[in-house]
Formats: sequence, C-alpha cells, structure tokens
Amino acid sequence: MSALAARRRTLPGFGLTMGLTLTWLSVIILIPLAGLFLRSLELSPEQFWNILSSRRTLNALRVSFGLAFAAACVNLVMGSIIVWALVRYRFPGRRIFDAIVDVPFALPTAVAGVALTALFAEQGWLGAPLAALGLKVAFTPVGIFVAMIFIGIPFVVRTVQPVLQDLDPEIEEAAGSLGASRWQTIVRVILPSLAPALLTGLALAFARAVGEYGSVIFIAGNLPNVSEIAPLLIVIRLSEFRYADATAIAVVMLVVSFVIIFAVNRLQRWAQSRIPAR
Amino acid sequence: MTIEVRNLVKKFGSFAALDGVDLKVDNGELLALLGPSGSGKTTLLRIIAGLDWPDSGEVFFNGEDALAQGARERHVGFVFQHYALFRHMTVFENVAFGLRVQPRAVRKDEAAIRSRVKELLDLVQLDWLADRYPSQLSGGQRQRIALARALAIEPRILLLDEPFGALDAKVRKELRKWLRSLHHEINVTSIFVTHDQEEALEVANRVVVMDKGRIEQIGSPDDVYDNPATAFVHGFIGESIVLPIQIGDGAIRLGDRQLDLAAEGLAPGASKLFVRRHDMLVGPPGSGAFEGAVQHVRNFGPVQRAEVALSGGETIEIDAPRDKELRAGDTIGLKPRRYRIFAG
Repeated sequence: MSALAARRRTLPGFGLTMGLTLTWLSVIILIPLAGLFLRSLELSPEQFWNILSSRRTLNALRVSFGLAFAAACVNLVMGSIIVWALVRYRFPGRRIFDAIVDVPFALPTAVAGVALTALFAEQGWLGAPLAALGLKVAFTPVGIFVAMIFIGIPFVVRTVQPVLQDLDPEIEEAAGSLGASRWQTIVRVILPSLAPALLTGLALAFARAVGEYGSVIFIAGNLPNVSEIAPLLIVIRLSEFRYADATAIAVVMLVVSFVIIFAVNRLQRWAQSRIPAR
Repeated sequence: MTIEVRNLVKKFGSFAALDGVDLKVDNGELLALLGPSGSGKTTLLRIIAGLDWPDSGEVFFNGEDALAQGARERHVGFVFQHYALFRHMTVFENVAFGLRVQPRAVRKDEAAIRSRVKELLDLVQLDWLADRYPSQLSGGQRQRIALARALAIEPRILLLDEPFGALDAKVRKELRKWLRSLHHEINVTSIFVTHDQEEALEVANRVVVMDKGRIEQIGSPDDVYDNPATAFVHGFIGESIVLPIQIGDGAIRLGDRQLDLAAEGLAPGASKLFVRRHDMLVGPPGSGAFEGAVQHVRNFGPVQRAEVALSGGETIEIDAPRDKELRAGDTIGLKPRRYRIFAG
C-alpha cells in the first residue's frame, strides 16, 4: 500500500535530486567550511584571541565590514532611484542603461579595480578635480568605499526591479485619490511594499562588498590599519605561511557575515510576513 | 454634487478614446457608463477622477472647474476593478489610509479615526475582518473593503471602474443589489463603468451607452432597452435579430420577398431591421411578415428557443413561450410585435 503510494508520486526523482543536492552542497560548501573551522582549532583559545585582538586584524575587519555596510546603504538609496527610473519611465536609451547595470557583475573585478584606480588617481579624470577639492580617493579608505559601491549596485537593482515591475501603478493612483501627497504615497505605500526586496538587495550588496577583493586591492593603497581589508590580510598571512592566523581571521569573517545575513533574513521574513502573497 | 462634462476629447496616439463627450450628472444619481471595451467609458471615468487628463474639453463639479484640481484635491472616491488595496496594510489600515494622510490641520485624532473606520466596516458588513490582510479576503470582500476605503474620505463623488468585473457571476449579482441599497443609504453622486448590460440596467437610475468614444444614448434603463436610439444600442443591449432589408417604392423587402410592414417615412436604400427575439410572434404560415422553417428547438428556462430558416435565406433565433407547440420541420409565420429600422 505504502509502496504503491510512494511509486505514485506526481513528481518523480525526489531521491535522486535530493541525493545530488546534499552531496553537491557538502562538497562545494560544507566540507570547505568545516575544514576552515578545523584548521582554526589548531590554535589555542588564547592564541586565537591574540590574533583577533591585534590592532591590525581589528582595523582590517573594521575597514571591511564598516565600509561594506556604508557602501551597501549608498547602493540601497541610489539603486532604488535607478530602479524607479528604469521601471516607471520610458526614455531613449533605457535598455542601454538597463544593460549597463550588469557591467559590475560581468567585469572581472581586477579590471574594475584598475579602471577605478586610473580614474581616481591624483592625475585621473575624476581624481584630479577631487584632489583639487582636497578629497583624495585612490589609495585611501574612500577608494575602497567607491569600489564597493561599484560592485554592489547591480545586486540592489536586480532584486528590486522585478518587484517594482509587479507593483500595480493603480495602488499609487488609489493613494493619490484618497488624498495622499506624492511623498506620503512613497513613504506609506511604495516603500513598505518594496521593503522585503530592498532588504534582500541590501544584504546581497553588503555580502558582496565584504568579500570583495579584486577591485578593492588596486585602489585601496593597502596601508595596514588604514586601508587594509580583511581578505587582503588573510592573503598576507597566507603568504607569510601563518596559516592559523589566516584561518582565524577567516572564521571571524565567516561568523560575522553569517550573523548579519541571518539577521537581515529574519528582518526580511518579518517584512514579507506583512505582505502575504496574493 | 452635480457633474458636467463638456466636449471631452482624449486621444491615445491616433486612437480617439473620447471623441467629443457631453454629459450631465444630477446630484445623488447612480449612473452607469455602459459600452464594449475600447468605448472610452473608463477613460471618461478616469478624467472625472483626475487620474487622466483630456486633450480638450471641460469638467465641472457643482459648476466649478474640476480640471484645475489634481486627483488629490477633487475629493473623489475611486474604486478600481482590481481593488488596488494596499497589500502590506490590514483591512483596518486600508480603510483608515485616507484619514491618516489628511493635512495635520484637519486630521482627526486616533480615536475619531478608529470610530470612523469601524463605522465604515459596519456599513460594508465586514467589521470582523479588520485585522486581516487583503490577500486573506475573497474578491467580493476585497471590493467591499475598497469601497469602504473610498468612502472614508467622505467623497463628493463616487466613481467605480468595473467594480464587479473580476468577480464570479454569483458574487457579482449579490454585490449589485448591495451597491444599489448602499447608494440608497449614502446617496452620494455615483458613476460606475460596466460592460455588462444586465448590471447597468439593474443597478443604475440612468444609463449612458457609449461606443467608439461617443455617447450613443442616455436614458433610463427601460428607455435604452425599449427605445434604442441607434442601431448600436439596439444590438448591444438585449439580444436582437438583425435582418438586412431594402426600402424602396413604398415597400420593405428582405431578399426578394416583400414584407408586410409599413414603409412610410423611411428613407429608401439599404437598412437594417432590428427585432427582439421574444417580439417575434409565432403563427400559422402566411400569418405574419416572415415565413420560415423551424430547424430545431431547445428549451431555455421559461422560453423555448427556435432556429428558423426564413424563406428569404436568413436564419434567425426566436424565443417563444414554452406552451407554444413548435417542432423541427414545421413551417411557421412570424410577426414582429415591435421592431425598429435603422439606416445603414
């Protein structure tokens, strides 16, 4: 009876796909992460603590997480505006702008880093006028910030875009005819409807910026304690054959990233629960 | 509140959605805009609401220029076909929205807002759904909430765009009756758009029939049904038999058969004869203007519907009372009890 029922599944292939899923995720994600943790266990808690509480490590983590969060926030605001323009208006070149959004996805990050560095160097097209204003971008934390904005923007645009496309313009008309001003409509109707997508975009842009290496190291200047990002510090420790140090920093990055992503996920769930699916 | 619309023109590209529309709506009226899709009825409604703007023409509310105001200032309640409820707000907050966004100087305090929303939810008989989200409601419930939301701002005019269009037939019928009694209760000048003639005839005090951006006829439901002003109205409202006829030499012909119908006062040339199905009376052969052979007969509720091949070559469907003996193969005479002839 139960064998018969099992055979009559409407969607066959559960065993095969589930097996592949588990194997693949283990090989690709879980085993490497477990290896990372095991490696860091070679350190005594005291050693572990000393590595983490060193000034250089703390500063690198602060630079990575702090700037990544700031860049993600900027991307959230600017990305939303870009999405709005792309979705709600029809203008010549709209499709081209829409395609341009994907460039940071597709471009090798090293290429982006070289291009940004050339642009923002003191003799660069943008660097020169900014330097005249007293703002040095390349080889400072500001440069890291710029690079993180660059690589993060598509994540916000591409997560919010489909949701805004699905948002019926009629609800804006409804708000208007009920007496809401444009501002009230945006704050009370549009933004809350987009909130889950906005949070997802923020989380993805943040995660990407934390892990970004290629484009950042060119423009950062990589001054220890000032403009040195955590992933670079890991590479440096590895090249010094201090593997335990490297894994300790890596574990911290992993844990912090995980906690942040988890928190955003909860927040997003909460926002989503207030907008049950149609 | 009276509404007056003068010579409205609205084009979308080369398509004229409104092609010179004049309309007066009296205070407290419940008016239906009836027409096929693309007839301009929704465009007219949206212009009155301030959600669209005409290329030319004027709109007056109680004699004052409404086009000088945006949708926000017009104090018009608008109900959308697909409800347009705010998905992230509870039913309560949806209804309260119009009260919460009022300028601070006139905004009610929280207690007053609560009692007003409660009142409106009672009015639409859905007070028990206050804490639900729109996605948890049925279509009919959503539309009633949308209506409560529109009424919250005490609109001067209530506009409904195909309010029951997305609902199934049974719910639609219930809501029609309900809308009519609600209108009776609140008595606010209301216009609703529909392509469903039954809905228009059943609910409205007055019906405006539109086609291709123009008004074809304005009249009471009885008027537009019994005395259609144009061929379009006759064909659109109620089921009609349409026969191509020739008028000339004081006679009306269908094909080569001369019909026993008065031709006085009719312009010569090709015309169309319109008859309601139930206005074709069945008699013995030779008794009426038409003659034909019954092809087959089927019972339709209170009537039997017969397909008749006329001797002129046309095949028509007529409705006859159930007690009339009709069988396939019979030859019968048909006499139109009432009919109308339109040129063209």
